Amino acid sequence: MYSAIVFLPLIGALIAGVIALSGSYRAAMVGAPKESLADAHGHDAHGHADHHHDDHGHGHDDHGHGDHGHHAAAPGSRPAELITTGLLLVSAVLSWIAFLTIGSPEGETVRVKVLPWVASGTLTFDWALRIDTLTAMMLVVVTSVSSLVHLYSIGYMSHDEHRPRFFAYLSLFTFAMLMLVTSDNLFQMFFGWEGVGLASYLLIGFWFKRPSANAAAIKAFVVNRVGDFGFALGIFAIFVMFGSVDFETIFANTSSVAGQTIHFLSWDLDALTVICILLFIGAMGKSAQFLLHTWLPDAMEGPTPVSALIHAATMVTAGVFMVARMSPLFELAPTALTVVTFFGATTAFFAATVGLVQNDIKRVIAYSTCSQLGYMFVALGVGAYGAGVFHLFTHAFFKALLFLGAGSVIHAVSGEQDMRKMGGLWKKIPVTYWTMMIGTLALTGFPLTAGYYSKDAIIESAFVAHNAFSGYAFVLVVAAALMTSFYSWRLVFMTFHGKPRASEEVMSHVHESPLVMTIPLYALSIGAIFAGMVFANQFIGEGYDQFWKGALFTGPENHILHEIHGVPALVKYSPFIMMVIGFLVAYWFYIRSPETPKRLAAEQPVLYRFLLNKWYFDEIYDFLFVRPAKWLGRFLWKKGDGWLIDGFGPDGISARVVDVTNRVVRLQSGYVYHYAFAMLIGVAALVTWMMFAG
Amino acid sequence: MTDWPILSTVTFLPTVGALLILLVRGDDAASRRNVYWIALWTTIVTFLVSLLIWIDFDNANAGFQFVERTEWLGGRIGYSMGVDGISMLFVILTTFLMPICVVASKYSVKKRFAEYMIAFLILETLMIGVFCATDLLLFYVFFEGGLIPMFLIIGIWGGARRVYAAFKFFLYTLLGSVLMLLAIMAMYIQAGTTDIPTLLQFQFPASMQTWLWIAFFASFAVKMPMWPVHTWLPDAHVEAPTAGSVILAGVLLKMGGYGFLRFSLPMFPIASADFAPFIYTLSVIAIIYTSLVALMQQDMKKLIAYSSVAHMGYVTMGIFAMNPQGVEGAIFQMLSHGIVSGALFLCVGVIYDRMHTREIAAYGGLVNRMPFYAFAFLVFTMANVGLPGTSGFVGEFLTLIGIFRVNTWVAAFATTGVILSASYALWLYRKVIFGVLDKAALKSIFDLSRREVAILVPLIVLTIFFGVYPIPVFNVTGQAVDNLITNYQAALSAAGKLALAAQ
Repeated sequence: MYSAIVFLPLIGALIAGVIALSGSYRAAMVGAPKESLADAHGHDAHGHADHHHDDHGHGHDDHGHGDHGHHAAAPGSRPAELITTGLLLVSAVLSWIAFLTIGSPEGETVRVKVLPWVASGTLTFDWALRIDTLTAMMLVVVTSVSSLVHLYSIGYMSHDEHRPRFFAYLSLFTFAMLMLVTSDNLFQMFFGWEGVGLASYLLIGFWFKRPSANAAAIKAFVVNRVGDFGFALGIFAIFVMFGSVDFETIFANTSSVAGQTIHFLSWDLDALTVICILLFIGAMGKSAQFLLHTWLPDAMEGPTPVSALIHAATMVTAGVFMVARMSPLFELAPTALTVVTFFGATTAFFAATVGLVQNDIKRVIAYSTCSQLGYMFVALGVGAYGAGVFHLFTHAFFKALLFLGAGSVIHAVSGEQDMRKMGGLWKKIPVTYWTMMIGTLALTGFPLTAGYYSKDAIIESAFVAHNAFSGYAFVLVVAAALMTSFYSWRLVFMTFHGKPRASEEVMSHVHESPLVMTIPLYALSIGAIFAGMVFANQFIGEGYDQFWKGALFTGPENHILHEIHGVPALVKYSPFIMMVIGFLVAYWFYIRSPETPKRLAAEQPVLYRFLLNKWYFDEIYDFLFVRPAKWLGRFLWKKGDGWLIDGFGPDGISARVVDVTNRVVRLQSGYVYHYAFAMLIGVAALVTWMMFAG
Repeated sequence: MTDWPILSTVTFLPTVGALLILLVRGDDAASRRNVYWIALWTTIVTFLVSLLIWIDFDNANAGFQFVERTEWLGGRIGYSMGVDGISMLFVILTTFLMPICVVASKYSVKKRFAEYMIAFLILETLMIGVFCATDLLLFYVFFEGGLIPMFLIIGIWGGARRVYAAFKFFLYTLLGSVLMLLAIMAMYIQAGTTDIPTLLQFQFPASMQTWLWIAFFASFAVKMPMWPVHTWLPDAHVEAPTAGSVILAGVLLKMGGYGFLRFSLPMFPIASADFAPFIYTLSVIAIIYTSLVALMQQDMKKLIAYSSVAHMGYVTMGIFAMNPQGVEGAIFQMLSHGIVSGALFLCVGVIYDRMHTREIAAYGGLVNRMPFYAFAFLVFTMANVGLPGTSGFVGEFLTLIGIFRVNTWVAAFATTGVILSASYALWLYRKVIFGVLDKAALKSIFDLSRREVAILVPLIVLTIFFGVYPIPVFNVTGQAVDNLITNYQAALSAAGKLALAAQ
C-alpha cells in the first residue's frame, strides 16, 4: 500500500509525460524532410512556420484564458488529465488510510525497502520508504492537496494547449514530494528535495514564452541551490560524525555524538550545532526564509494551481518537515534552535510587512505564505515541534484554499491579477467569495477555525519558551498577526467589495468557475474549518505521545506544550485582539475611507517604497552576487585564460619561437664576409676561453 | 571464456574494421554507405564483445583479469593486457560511445568520409589499449598514439580555427608526455621491468617518487585537464567535429584520471600524499574558476567544455581524497561525465547540423519546434547540474563526501560548484530552449530525426538508470578500490607517515 501511495503519481507522470512528448513530437515532425547529406534543414522554407503564433499576448494573463480557441489542445489531453487525477485520488485515499492506521495508538513505524542505491565503503543507503506519524501526516497533506489541485487544474487549465505536460509535471512533483517525506535516509530526502526543486523549476517556467517566467524559474532553482549547499554539507558532516546517513542509525546515536566536536573549516565546533545549522540553511532555501526568500514571490509566475500546491501547501513546507524530522538532533543543539527561532521570527515579520502593500493578488498570498512559514520555524525553534507541524498541516488547507480561490477570481476576471482592477465581485462569484472568506478567517486565526488552534499555540509557545530569541520572536509574531489580519482583509475587501474597478467588458464576463474548480474549494474549506478542531488534541494536546510515538523528539526537559496552558490571559487573547484590530483597520482603509491608504502612502513615501520594493533585496543581491559573479567570470575568461595562461603559455611561447626564428633568419644574410666575421669572433672567444681555463 | 584473448580482440577489432574500409574504393554515395555500415557494424560488434568482459568479470577479484602476455622487445618489455575493477568500465564506456559517434557522423561529415571513419576506428583501438595495457611501455604507446588520430580529426574535419586548436591540443599534450617518457625510462632503470603488476609491488625510494610523480602529473594534468593547463580544451572542443568532441570529453579526458589511479597513487604513494593539498587547491580553483568562466560563454560548446573542466575538478579532488567514497566517486564521476558530456555535445551537434552555428544568441525558443530535443537536453542538463536521480549526482556527491572527510575547507569551496553549475547550465538551457521562437532562421527547424532519437535515447536511459541504480558500477569497482586504498595506506605507514583515517 505504501509503495502504491508513492509510486502511483510517478506512473501517472510517466504516462502523461509520454502522451505529452509523443503528441508534441508528432506535431513538430509534420512535413519533416528525410535526412540526407544535403542541407535539409536550411533555409528552404517549408511553409510550416506560421502554425505557431507568437506569445500568448497578455502580459500577465495567468492562464491563457484571454485567447479562446487559438490553439488546439494537445492530443491526449483528456486521458492524461483523467489518468493523473485518478491515480492521485487513489493515492490520497490510501494516504488517509495510512494516516489513520499509523496515527492510531497501536500504529507502528513501517519500513519498505525498494532498491539498493549506493554502496561505497562504509557509506551505504537504499531507496526505502519509512512511514511514521510525521510521514503519514505529510502523506495526507501532499496527496489530498495534490489530488484537489489536479482536479481543479482540469478546469483552470482547460484553455491551455499543453495540458498533458502540465499534468505530467504536477504528478512528477507529487512523486518527488512523496519521496521526500517517506525517505528513510538523508540522500533519499535530498533526492526528493531536488526533485521538487526540478518540478518547481519546470512549473514556474511552464509558460516558457514569457521571459519573466523563465527568469523566475532559474531564480527559484539557483536560490534553492544556495540552500542545498548548506544541506549537502550538513549531510556530509552527519556521515562523518555518525558513520551513516540512515535516520534509524542517526537517531539511535544522537546521545553519543552530543557534546562531541567536529573540525569544520578551521575551527573545532560543537558537532550537532554545526550539523543543524547547515541543515537549516537547506531548510531556509526551500522554505523561503529571510535572506533566501527572494525566489518565492517571483515563483508566482507559474500557473495558480502550481502556486497552491507547491508554493503554499507542500514544497515550501519541506524545510519545516526536515527540521521536524531531524528534531532528535535539533533538540540537542540549543544554539541551532536559537538560530532557527531568529530566522523564523524575522521572516514572519518581514514578509508580513511586504504583504501589506502588494497589489498583485497572488503576491499578497505568497508573502503571507512566507510569513506563515516563519511562524512554523518559530515553533520549531522554541522546541514546540508539534505546534510547528500542526501549523504546517492546517496551513496547507487554508493557504491552498486561498490560492485556488485567487485562481478562481483570476479566472473570473479574464486573467487580471492586480487587485486595483478588481472590486465588487462578491455577488457574481459567490462560491469563490465564501470559500475565500473561510480561508481568510482560518488564516487570521478566527476562533474555532484551523488557523486558530495552530497559530495561537505558536504564539503562546514563543511566549513561554526559554530560548534567547523567544522574546524577540513573541513580539514579532504578534505584530505579524496584526499585519496578517490587515493584509488578508485588505485582499478580501479590494477584491470582492467596494465598487467594481474593472472595465465594463471584463465585468460582463465575470462568471463563477465550473464545478470541477469549485469542488476542490469546498473540500479545502472543510479542511480549513475542521482540521484544527479535530486534530488539535493529537498534534499538540493530550494525545501527543500516543499520536506521534516519538516521531517528533522532545527532550526530557522540554514541556513547552504543557506550559502554554498556563500563559497569562492577555497573551492568550493577543492573537484574537490583533486579528480584530487588523480587521477594523482594513475595514476603515478599504471600505469606509478608501482615500486613507493613498494618503498614508503619500505621507510616508520612503517607507512605502521600501515595502513595495520588498526591502530592496533583489537589488542588493544583484549588486552583491550576480554582477560580481558575472564580472569575475568575464575577467577570469578574458584575463585569466586569455591573457595570462594562453598569453604566457602556448600562444606566448609560439610567438616567441616565431620571433626567435625570425631573428635567426635575419642572421642568414648570404654575405660570406658576415659569416667569416662571425667565425672569427667565435675562434677568438674559443681561444680566450682555452687560455683562461687551461 | 578466458582461453581466448578477449582483450586483444576488443582492442584490435576496430583496426580490422579500419582495414576493411581501406578496401572500399571511390567517393560516391554507394561507397560512402559501405564505409558507414562497415564502421557501424565494427563498433557495434566491438561493443557487444566488450560486454562479454563485463559478464565474465569477477567482482570479487581485486587484481588484473583476462590477463594476456606475449614476448615483445626482448623479454623485459612485454605485450601484456589485463583489466581490473578500475579500468574495465572505461573499456565498456569507450566501446559504447563509438557506435554513437559513427551514427552521429553519418551526415555531418561531408568530406573524406572513409578517412574520417578510419581515424575513428584507429582511435578506438588506441583508447581501448590504454585501458587494457598492463605494461608501462605498451601503455605509453597507446596513450601517445591516441594523440595522432585526434589531432587529425580536429585538424582536418574541424571548424574554422581547426589548425590552431589542433596544434594547441597537440603541443600541450606532447609537452606532458615527454616528461612521462623520461619518467618511464627512469622507472625501467630502477625496477628493471615495465610490467605494471610488478611495478605496483615495487617500492620506489621516496626522493625518486617525487620526481616521477611530477613527471606523470605533467602528462595527466594536461589530459584531465586540470587548471591551469586546461585552455587547450575549450578550443579543441569548439573546433572538433561533434563526434570528436564526444570522444574527447567522453574518453580522452578520462585517461588523465585513470593514469592517476593506475600510476600516481599506487606507485608513488608517498609523493601522492605530499602533493594531495596541491591537487586539492588546483581542483577547487578549477571548479570555481571554470564555472564562473562558463557563466559568461557565448558559444555552446565552449560553455560545456568549461563545465567539463569543472567536473574533472571533482574527479581529481576525489581521487586524492584517498578514501573509498572519494575514489569510487571519482571513477563514477568519470563514467557519468563520459555519458553526460558526450550527450551534451551530441545535443549541440544536432542543432549545429541544422543551423551551422554554435552561438547561444542565435538560438531561443527551440522547445516550440523541437519538443523531444528539449526533453533530451533537459535530462542531460540536469545530469550536468548533478540532480539526484541522474548519474551526475552520484559521482559528484561521493567525491564531495570523500573530500569532506579529509578537508572541510576544500569540501566547502567545492560544494559551491553545485550553485554555479546550476547557474550556467540553466542559463544555457533557457537561452537555447525557452522563450519565444522569433528568429526567422529557426522557424523551419525540425525536431530530432529517427537517427538522432536512436543515439540520444540510450544515453537518456543510461543517465537515469545509473542515477537510480548505480550498484552494478560499485560492484565492479569496489574490490579494486579497496585494494588500492589498502596498499596505499600500507605504503604510507611503512614509510612512517601517519595514515589518514581508513575507510
